[in-house]
Amino acid sequence: MGQAIAFYVIAAVILGFAVLVVTTRDTVHSVLFLVLDFLGVAALYVLLHAPFLAAIQILVYAGGIVVLYLFVVMLVNLKRPPEAHSDPHRRGKLGFWLAGAVLAELAAITALSAKLPPTAPLPAAAMPVVGNTEQVGWLLYTSYLIPFEIASMLLLVAMIGAIVLAKREL
Amino acid sequence: MRYIWLIPLLPGIGAAVNGLLGIRYFSKRTAGMVACAMMTAALGVSLFAFWQLLELPGDARAFDVTIAQWIPSIPLATNTGIGDFAVTWGFRIDPLSGMMILIITGIGTLIHVYSTSYMADEPRGGVARFFCYLNLFCFFMLMLVLGNNFLVMFVGWEGVGLCSYLLIGYWYEKKSAGDAGKKAFITNRVGDWAFVLGVFLIYYTFGTLDFRAVQNAASVMPIETAHFGVLSFICLFLFIGATGKSAQIPLYVWLPDAMEGPTPVSALIHAATMVTSGIYMIGRNAVLFTHAPQVMMIVAIVGVLTALMAASIGLVQYDIKKVLAYSTVSQLGYMFTAVGVGAFSAGAFHLMTHAFFKALLFLGSGSVIHAMAGEQDMRKMGGLKKYMPVTFVTMMIGTLAIAGIFPFAGFFSKDEILFRAFLFNKLIWVLAVAAALMTAFYMARLMFMTFYTSYRGPAWESGHGHGAAAPAIAPAEHARDTRLAAAHGAVHPADTLAHGHAAKHDHELSHGPAAQADDDHGGGHGHGPWHGPHESPTPMTFPLMALAVGAIVAGFVGIPGALGGSNEIERFLEPSFTPSHVERSAGELRPNDVVAGSDLEHGKPAAGEVKALEHEGGAVEESGEHVSRAEELGLMALSLFIAISGIMLARKFYVTSPEISTDLAERFAGAHTVLSNKYYVDELYDATVIAGTFAAGDGLWAVDRNVVDGAVNGSGWITVIAAWLSGLTDRAVVDGAVNLVARIVQESSLAWRRIQTGLVQNYALLMLFGIFAFVSVYLFVR
Amino acid sequence: MITTTHYQLLSAALFIIGVAGVMVRRNIIIIFMSIELILNAVNINLIAFSDSLQNEVGQVFAIFVIAVAAAEAAVGLGIILAFYRNKETINIDEMNLMKW
Repeated sequence: MGQAIAFYVIAAVILGFAVLVVTTRDTVHSVLFLVLDFLGVAALYVLLHAPFLAAIQILVYAGGIVVLYLFVVMLVNLKRPPEAHSDPHRRGKLGFWLAGAVLAELAAITALSAKLPPTAPLPAAAMPVVGNTEQVGWLLYTSYLIPFEIASMLLLVAMIGAIVLAKREL
Repeated sequence: MRYIWLIPLLPGIGAAVNGLLGIRYFSKRTAGMVACAMMTAALGVSLFAFWQLLELPGDARAFDVTIAQWIPSIPLATNTGIGDFAVTWGFRIDPLSGMMILIITGIGTLIHVYSTSYMADEPRGGVARFFCYLNLFCFFMLMLVLGNNFLVMFVGWEGVGLCSYLLIGYWYEKKSAGDAGKKAFITNRVGDWAFVLGVFLIYYTFGTLDFRAVQNAASVMPIETAHFGVLSFICLFLFIGATGKSAQIPLYVWLPDAMEGPTPVSALIHAATMVTSGIYMIGRNAVLFTHAPQVMMIVAIVGVLTALMAASIGLVQYDIKKVLAYSTVSQLGYMFTAVGVGAFSAGAFHLMTHAFFKALLFLGSGSVIHAMAGEQDMRKMGGLKKYMPVTFVTMMIGTLAIAGIFPFAGFFSKDEILFRAFLFNKLIWVLAVAAALMTAFYMARLMFMTFYTSYRGPAWESGHGHGAAAPAIAPAEHARDTRLAAAHGAVHPADTLAHGHAAKHDHELSHGPAAQADDDHGGGHGHGPWHGPHESPTPMTFPLMALAVGAIVAGFVGIPGALGGSNEIERFLEPSFTPSHVERSAGELRPNDVVAGSDLEHGKPAAGEVKALEHEGGAVEESGEHVSRAEELGLMALSLFIAISGIMLARKFYVTSPEISTDLAERFAGAHTVLSNKYYVDELYDATVIAGTFAAGDGLWAVDRNVVDGAVNGSGWITVIAAWLSGLTDRAVVDGAVNLVARIVQESSLAWRRIQTGLVQNYALLMLFGIFAFVSVYLFVR
Repeated sequence: MITTTHYQLLSAALFIIGVAGVMVRRNIIIIFMSIELILNAVNINLIAFSDSLQNEVGQVFAIFVIAVAAAEAAVGLGIILAFYRNKETINIDEMNLMKW
């Protein structure tokens, strides 16, 4: 029962702040709502028995990425309202309603799937470690070592790319 | 003898010096001196070499000198596989070429001396040019006779043709001279073509071009009596080559026209040397020809017909040089008759004696022309005996020699030929005797018309006191005065004016309108006032006298056995006409391995076969021995009688009762006209060969214009039309297809490009559509 | 009882909110933040199934997603800065040069 209450509260926080993020006029506010939204997601991870992910969510998202957004927002010194010009061909409304249709469909699919018998647990191969963080680490450094290294290369490339793009002149 | 290559080289140097320096810088005297000096030096070397040759034993008289490799070994196909084509600059002296070089350098030297005076009135550069050509001619002629292979001989062969052309056209301002030169050159070319074919065939058959190797190889081949084999073809081609160079039927037409050249040229080239190179060449290849008796027969027939025909034309000619020209053709015909009947040494003997007396006659006629200020028509001469006694006497000797009067040179050689022809074939003998009668007649006619009867030439103006008496001056005195004038330069008033005047004039004046107005051959006397016929200066009379001596004594080397002689010339020359001496001299200087190799190859069988060949080749001679001495003496007496009767006939016609000749001419007008027009051979050639060539040219031009051009234009039109159609297709079909595709793309793109709005969110919307589609599929199809 | 279905529905809702933000907003920074929301929705899904299947591989994938999100944010924000420097705007409707 407590778990259900926690879920609904957290879900409300997440969805609420998400709506605020996409609707707020002020960009800075939007970024701040995003931080709160991420924190809600982190809490949801704890609820799902993934404390390591929750920690990463806070560290990387709320701590790193959002700061990046804030810096950009401050660097972009707007002289006029950012959304003053609107192209009539953009068809934002169509997108909105289409998104709504997709949501309806997804909800229908989920609801229909719920009637199916629950899937049996499918644990990974036995690991010599216990604890969430250890197990994730074990997987990362054994089966998923190569993707992990590739991800590190991706981050390196992204870093260099960001520097190159953001630099005033090469 | 090691230095025989110097003999051609010396005149060659002279030609180079005169040609490169002389025309620009030398005085007339220097140019003449250079040329004469070179010729004299060549004569000296020749005499020395000949003396050394005589020192050798009779059957080893052959010597080869190779000075350089010319064409290095080239693999070239022969009929027995791949041969080794290599040619050297090799020279060879043997009795035949020894005799030839003596004739060429000896008579050549005399004619050079003569020319220094004869050409004295030419402009300075012209004299050097003349001597350059003359020396060059001697160079090539000596190379022709000294070469030890066909290719060196061919170099000389072509070279003398070139020099002949240059010298005939020496007065190139005159169209007739230029035309005559071209005629000679082109006619010779026909013969040279055949000669080259013969040489090709020789290489193809024998794999070598060396005379000795070819003779050795040929001597072991069977005699082609019944069939017309490869040797016969070789000999036929060589003989056609000889007819071109030696003016035989059908290629003799150039020689009379060649008289357009200066008289010394006629004497040297067109009487003594070049025209005899055909005889020499056949003699050189006597072994080949004895293996082709059918070709020998052709040679004899062509020779005797030429002799008869040319002599008959000579009967009615009035131009003094034309008479001599036809006489030369006729005498060459005799020589071919001789080699045709197998009497090679008799032919060569006649070649030698003819060289003397015909050069003498030409130089004499040159002297007459000189005296008559360039007049060549005998009808305008007459009675010149008292004006130019030296010329008269020497020419008379020459005439007696050519007519065949007993102790003179022509008697022995001609009689030898007639005798051998008699043994060979009676018909040929009859024709040859008829030609001999005509020879005596026309030569006597020439002499009587020129030197006897009364003077018929133009009157000469009487200028100074001394000159006015010119006709009255005793001939001897006049001659002496002339010599004085020539010696001192300016004593005789007539000569002073005549020579001095022209000498002062430059080229244009001496060759300009004056020469044409007088129809002058450039003798030089036409330019100043002319003071009547007179004896020529010493440089001209000396060669006449020297040659006259030659014309008397040259025959003594060939006194036949019937008259108590031993016919030395025949014994001397015989080794050149047989292959027997060949391998004996094989040990001599022979740097050329190729030729030596082929010699060794053929040497062995040759030794055996040679005797058999000698046997066969000498068959005629042996049968000759069967004729009794009385018969031989009878034939001699007959020919002597014929010669004398010819002379007497001419005397009756032209001296005692001249009306007979005109009467005869009228009575046999048809025959006379035919003869006067030289049997219309020139016209025949004009009508056939030349007109044919022109017609063929016109025809080809018409073909070119109509067919070829038509084809070209037609294909052009076809191309144009095809291009037009192609263009149409291109535009309509290809372009249409391309444009259609482009049009479709363009039209359809009008609709589709609207997707490309550039707005990011439109692209995101499309993605969302995709998601929507997939999710819908998952939801509804599942 | 909260089942995986609930988490899925939450994830779908968050996803669609992000998509709607991408579709509707013209401020490119907010669009980027909407994309972050979409990625978080994916992560929620992954973690939910990881939990229900007792399998930590889902969490590993979530970590990769976070790495990609970080790289995307870095590069994307660099592009925004460069673009802003040239055009003095962050309005996505004015970024329409990539067309015919």
